[in-house]
Amino acid sequence: MKTLRIENLSKNFGSTEVLKKINLDIDEGNFLVLLGPSGCGKSTLLNIIAGLETINEGKVYIDDYNVSKVEPKDRNIAMVFQSYALYPSMNVRENMIFGLKQAKTSKEKIEEQLKKVSSFLKVDELLHRKPSQLSGGQRQRVAIGRALVREPRIFLFDEPLSNLDAKLRVEMRREIKKLHQTLKTTVVYVTHDQTEAMSLGTKIAIMNHGVIQQNDTPENIYNKPNNTFVADFIGSPSMNLIEGRLIQNSDKISFVAEGSEKSTQIPVDNYNFKSSTNLNDKQIYFGIRPEHIHFKKLNENDFEVNFKANLSEYIGHEQIITFNFSNQEILAKFPSTINIELNKDMKLYFDLSQISIFDKTSKERI
Amino acid sequence: MSVNINTSYKQLEQKSKITNLMLRWFLYFVLILFASYFIFPLYVMIVTSLKTMEEIRQGTLLTWPSQLNFESWGVAWGGRGYGAGDTFLRPYFWNSIKMVVPAVFFSTFIGAMSGYVLTKWRFKGDKWVFLFLLFGCFIPYQAILLPMARTLGVLGISNSIIGLVVVHSVYGIPFTTLFFRNYYVSIPNELVKAARIDGAGFFKIFFKILLPISAPIIVVTVIWQFTQIWNDFLFGSTFSFGEAAPIQVALNNMVLSSTSVKEYNVDMASAIIAGIPTLIVYVLAGKYFIRGLTSGAVKG
Repeated sequence: MKTLRIENLSKNFGSTEVLKKINLDIDEGNFLVLLGPSGCGKSTLLNIIAGLETINEGKVYIDDYNVSKVEPKDRNIAMVFQSYALYPSMNVRENMIFGLKQAKTSKEKIEEQLKKVSSFLKVDELLHRKPSQLSGGQRQRVAIGRALVREPRIFLFDEPLSNLDAKLRVEMRREIKKLHQTLKTTVVYVTHDQTEAMSLGTKIAIMNHGVIQQNDTPENIYNKPNNTFVADFIGSPSMNLIEGRLIQNSDKISFVAEGSEKSTQIPVDNYNFKSSTNLNDKQIYFGIRPEHIHFKKLNENDFEVNFKANLSEYIGHEQIITFNFSNQEILAKFPSTINIELNKDMKLYFDLSQISIFDKTSKERI
Repeated sequence: MSVNINTSYKQLEQKSKITNLMLRWFLYFVLILFASYFIFPLYVMIVTSLKTMEEIRQGTLLTWPSQLNFESWGVAWGGRGYGAGDTFLRPYFWNSIKMVVPAVFFSTFIGAMSGYVLTKWRFKGDKWVFLFLLFGCFIPYQAILLPMARTLGVLGISNSIIGLVVVHSVYGIPFTTLFFRNYYVSIPNELVKAARIDGAGFFKIFFKILLPISAPIIVVTVIWQFTQIWNDFLFGSTFSFGEAAPIQVALNNMVLSSTSVKEYNVDMASAIIAGIPTLIVYVLAGKYFIRGLTSGAVKG
């Protein structure tokens, strides 16, 4: 039984298709992050799960029950919003128990829940304050508390940290992670911040233009991106995508970058192709992350390339160097202790065990 | 060299000081001029209302009364005590109160409701509904007199306070809706979503969540509506006469129908009495008026 299952879900606003045939499911206790640029439909999807938006096509199941026509309050979910959405006229206590009161829960049960949750979230000192008298972090805590007292099957988070400043955001992120580890409730979490997604999610679904691009573990998303969108979206700076073509003869496969002589062939035999037929002359993107370009040879497989550094960006613990590789820009990341001279030929090493290869026309991983 | 620079700075400083001073005096002059221009009529009204007819005839508009004489105020409010033809404000003042309180209440309430629906429960074509409502703000009063008279006739409430309450409530809705819509638009929709998940319905969200944070805009709307309805003359004079007339109509009748001599002191006192309630409302809630007009909604 899946805690949440979405089948062939489509949604339009007027003539704009916001979600196209979404299929998604989550096992009990998992933490699913919906990640994507703004306007990709991730918040709409979350609102649909909550029952706040209608569906044009498809079905939403919670615990194998089709909830498409069930009211938000009866879906056994709780939601935390970006703006916290605390009721301004009520104090913290009233905010937290509002839902339970609507559900006609008994007074004893309400008190018990309130006590449990408020001490768990350390807001028991704040119960009589109004939201306007709370700091951003406290408001967020109360908003989470309001969701917790309902003891939902699924927690829905809609960019809960994006209104906080950088430091507080990291703190609250850790607290949400702790919360999930303690409670083990299923979570669906929307964000556009890849660090948040990586650190929180047990699964990440990357969305773009209303389509799920890849739904996988954080490790696979990072190391084996399904297509160039995912490769480009995740990682900072993002993955280098070098244009070029493959050359296959007998059992040797190698890559030649566009604009470089045929002699600089990068062997890609060890890459795990989905199918190794018809690869000769295939136009591709050769993907390698900036941190997988090394300053010296670390592994036996590392491939030596000649580069000229154009630009150096110092960012404290590391530096990002822009190179010119047969007229294509390539970024590499090194510790800032290494001294790199600009405009001078130098040798670098590609870690060929970490590369990704994408078809140039379909942009899919091959 | 450095000495020279210092003296020239000193000269410049001196010069700008003088210019600033002159500008300041000019500013005060203009301000006082405009202030007196606005205060002057009020001064004349108050002074005249405190004079006897004798003094009015002999003195000028500006002369101070020889002694404060409140008799004309008494006459304006309660009449002279003889029978026919004695018009005084007291009954009409209560007519106006009976008209203005329910009319302000209904128009504000309906405006709040429609503002809530137009922002938080969007439906297809809601923009058009709002646009047509806005037309109501721009339709001249005169244009609706005949249809409204007919409507009141059919409803059987012409020439009654209830009729005026209905007219003012309906005519106020475009304005009150506009006020509330613009206020609610700045309140995050997430508040409504959260409440829906918590299990609150349409009315509960309105009464428990939105209305308690609407105080600033309620004050604005109440002041606006109160002033409009209290000061209205056209609807009052068209849809009511005789005993059902509101105070502005009565004031007019009183001033125009005096058969004998024109009693300027009584007229002035009456005019002031007719204007006092709006002044009181503004003084009591004025600071919220400015705040409500300028401030956005509550954040977070």
